[in-house]
Amino acid sequence: MSDESGVGRRAFFKTVGAAAALPLVSLPSAEAQTHDHGAPPPAPGTAYLFLTGPEAAFMEAAVDVFIPKDDVGPGGVESGCVVFIDRQLAGAWGKGARLYLQGPFGDSKSEQGYQLPLAPADLIRIGIADVDAWCRANRDGRTFTQLTATERDALLKVLIEGGNIELAQVPGRTFTGMLLNATLEGYFADPIYGGNRDKGVWKMIGFPGAGGMFAHLIDEYRNKPYTVEPQGIADLG
Amino acid sequence: MAIKLPAVDIVLVGMGWTGGIIAKELADTGLKIVGLERGADRSTAEDFSTPGNHDELRYAVRFDLMQNTARETLTFRHSVDQTALPMRQLGSFLPGEGLGGAGVHWNGVTWRWLPWDHEPAKRTATRYGRDAAPPEMRLQDWGISYDELEPYYDKFEYTCAVSGKAGNLGGKIVAGGNPFEGPRKREYPNPPLPGSHAGRLFTKAADSLGYHPFPSPAANASRAYVNPDGVQYGQCHICGYCERFGCEADAKASPHFTMFPLARKNPNFVLRTNSRVLKVLLDSTGRRATGVTYIDPRGREVEQPAGLVILSAFALNNVHLMLWSGIGKPYDPRTGEGVVGRNYGYQIGGGANVFFDERTIMNPFMGAGAMATGIDDFNGDNFDHLKFGFIGGGGISCSSAGGRPIQYRPVPPGTPLWGTDWKRAVKRHYNHTLYIGNQGSVMGYRHNYLDLDPTYRDAFGRPLLRMTFDYHENEKKQANFIADQCVKLGEAMGAERVARIAPPSRYSIVPYQSTHNTGGAIIGTDPKTSALNRYLQCWDVPNVFVTGASAFPQNAGRNPTGPVGALAYWAAEAIKTRYLKAPSPLVPA
Repeated sequence: MSDESGVGRRAFFKTVGAAAALPLVSLPSAEAQTHDHGAPPPAPGTAYLFLTGPEAAFMEAAVDVFIPKDDVGPGGVESGCVVFIDRQLAGAWGKGARLYLQGPFGDSKSEQGYQLPLAPADLIRIGIADVDAWCRANRDGRTFTQLTATERDALLKVLIEGGNIELAQVPGRTFTGMLLNATLEGYFADPIYGGNRDKGVWKMIGFPGAGGMFAHLIDEYRNKPYTVEPQGIADLG
Repeated sequence: MAIKLPAVDIVLVGMGWTGGIIAKELADTGLKIVGLERGADRSTAEDFSTPGNHDELRYAVRFDLMQNTARETLTFRHSVDQTALPMRQLGSFLPGEGLGGAGVHWNGVTWRWLPWDHEPAKRTATRYGRDAAPPEMRLQDWGISYDELEPYYDKFEYTCAVSGKAGNLGGKIVAGGNPFEGPRKREYPNPPLPGSHAGRLFTKAADSLGYHPFPSPAANASRAYVNPDGVQYGQCHICGYCERFGCEADAKASPHFTMFPLARKNPNFVLRTNSRVLKVLLDSTGRRATGVTYIDPRGREVEQPAGLVILSAFALNNVHLMLWSGIGKPYDPRTGEGVVGRNYGYQIGGGANVFFDERTIMNPFMGAGAMATGIDDFNGDNFDHLKFGFIGGGGISCSSAGGRPIQYRPVPPGTPLWGTDWKRAVKRHYNHTLYIGNQGSVMGYRHNYLDLDPTYRDAFGRPLLRMTFDYHENEKKQANFIADQCVKLGEAMGAERVARIAPPSRYSIVPYQSTHNTGGAIIGTDPKTSALNRYLQCWDVPNVFVTGASAFPQNAGRNPTGPVGALAYWAAEAIKTRYLKAPSPLVPA
C-alpha cells in the first residue's frame, strides 16, 4: 500500500493547482464545466474526455487501492488505468450502446444480472457522487480522495462485499464492481486503449501480446520459459 | 406498407453454419434462393486481419462480433412463479451477428455426439428399465440414430479440416483416440494439433487413473489443407485468439470463407446482409408459409415471398421466430402440451484449477480454441451413471485455448480481490496453472422452456423471447460427481494445490458458461412431443424447415457444433433429393 497521505490525495491537491492550465477540449459537457477544479491532463497533448477533475482524482484514488505501485509490478495509475476508464466511459460502452435499457425496472435476483436503468457512465458518475457524499457525512467532512489509502481500501471492501453501507442512489456493490472491472480491463488490455502503459503489465506476467504465432515454437518451448518483449497492436500495425 | 418483392423458391433466415451449408448445397439446383442476414457482410481479409483482430477488449470483452442486446435480447427467470427480466447485456452465452454467425467466433471444437446422445430414451430403458428416469425428466430420441448420421458427421469434419485422432474405426478401437466414440468410417482429415504442456500433464494423470485420454477434435487445421469443396485452409498459428475472434489464417473453420463464397458463385443465390427478418408469413390456413418480412438497412419493411422457408438462425432466435410467427403449437408447461419452446436445454460446468510450482511452465498463450486433451470416461452412458444417482454425464477437458489476460488470470481461492497480494498471485500463477473442466449434459424438463415475454419488447416491437430455466437434481448430482473426478485428475498431477470449482446450484445468466443453448424446436417421431420431424421439417407447416441446436431434445456432454453441422447436411440432402421433387411432409404425421 502506498503512503498514508495517498496518491489520490496528492492528485487532488495537484488538481486544484492545475485547473487553470486545462485545455478546453477536456470539458466535453456543460455538466463538466460546472466543476471548478479539474485533474491535470493524463499525458502531454491529451485530455480527459468524460471525467471531471474531481472525478479523475476519485478514480486515481480508487485505482491506487485496487492496483498500488509496488515492487511486484506497475501501479494502476501509472499504467494509465484512469485514462483507459475515462475513454471507455466517453465511448460506446460507457454510453450503454449495447445495453438493453427498456423498462420496466425493478426488483431482481442476482442471477438475472444487471437491472439498473443506467448506462455505465451514468452509474460511475452517480456512484462517485454517492461515495463522496457518504464520506463527507461519515468521515469528518472529507471526500473519498482525502481519505487515507487504508480508509479507502476498507470502504471499497465493504461496498463490494455488499456490507452495511447504503449509498444514497446506486447499489454500492454494483458501482464498485464496475469500477474494479474497468480498472482491470485497462490494466490488462492492449495499450492502444490508454492503459497497460509500455506493456508493463504484460511484461510482469510474461504475456507476449497480440502478435504471437507459435505453431513452430510450441514443441520447443513446452515446459520451458518463453521470454520475449511483448508486442501490442500499435507495434505490429 | 411493406415493399413486396418478386417470389423466390427458397428463403433462408440467418447466415451462420447451417444457413451456409444449406445455401451451398442447394445453390446448384437452379432454384432462386435468397439468404437474409441481420448483420454485416464479412471477409477474412477485410475484417479479421492481424494485428487488429487480436484485440481482447474489443472482441472478447465488448463482444464486437456478437448479437447487440440493445436491439434483440430475451428475458430470463428460474421458474414459472417468477417475473422474467431482460438480459440487458450478454453474459452466459454469445450468439453471433453478421455473416458466418457464431461460426466466426467459435473455438472450433467439433465433436460427434455419442450414439447414446441420439437415442437416450431407448438406451436408458434398455439398460436400466422403463422407469429409470425421474418422472419430470423428458428423455427423447431424435428419430435418427448415430449410424444414420455418421456420413454427415464425416462430411462436416472433412469440410471443417478437423484435426484429431480416431478412436473407433469401423468398430475397431484405435489407440490414442476416443474409444467411446461411435464407429467412424475413416480417420479425421488432419492429425491432432501439437498439444500443450498442460495437455501432456493431463494425459499422464488420466493414464495413471486408468482413463482414456485423447486429443480433442479441432476445426483448427493442424496443417494447410484443401477441403472437398476446394476451399483452402491455412495452418493454425496456435496464436491463442480463437474464441470470440475471427481467424486471420482461415485455419479455424468458419462459414464466411467455406460456405458463402461457394454459394455466391451461383447467380441464383442472393445474399442480403443488414436485413433482419421479423416474421414468417403464413397463409390463412396457418399450415403454409408464404415468405418472410424483414427490415432493410433503410428501415423499410420488405416482404420476400418464397415457396420454402428455412430458419437457420441461432437456436434461440429460431424459436423466437416460430413463436412470433405462429408456427406450430406453443408449449404450455401447465398442461405439458404444445411443442414450440419445449425442452430448452443448456449445460452445467464445474471442475478444478490446478496450481503448480514455478518450474512447471504452461505458456498458456500458445493456444488454439480447440486444442485440448480430454476423457469421455464419464460422458453419456460410457459409465454406469445410474449407480451414482443420475442419468447423463459430461466430457472432461483440459483446454489450452489461449492466455489472454483480461479474462485469463487464475489465482487460488483466498486471494484478495485487489492490492499487492492480489497482484503477486496473478504474477505467480499466470504461467503455472491449468484448468480441468466438465461440460455436463442437461436433460429436458417439464418446466425448462421458451415462450414469448408478456412485458418486454425488442427494438422492432416484438415481444422478447422468455427463457424459464434452472438446474435439476439430476444435473447437479452429475456435475458434482464429475467435478470430483476433475479434482482427482488434478491431484494425480503432483501439483502444489488443486482447487475444486463447484458447479452452480442455480443457473445464472451473468457469467459466461457456453453458447450451447439447445432445444425449443426439437426433432422427434411424434408431432405431440416434437416440433420437427427427423428431417428438421415442421410437422405443422411442412414448407418450413428449422436447422440448428434448437432441434436437440436434450443437451449432451460435448460441444454441439458437430451434430449441428451434420444435421444441416442431412436436412439439405433430404430437401434436395426428396422435398424439392415433391413438396410435402417427408414423414407422415
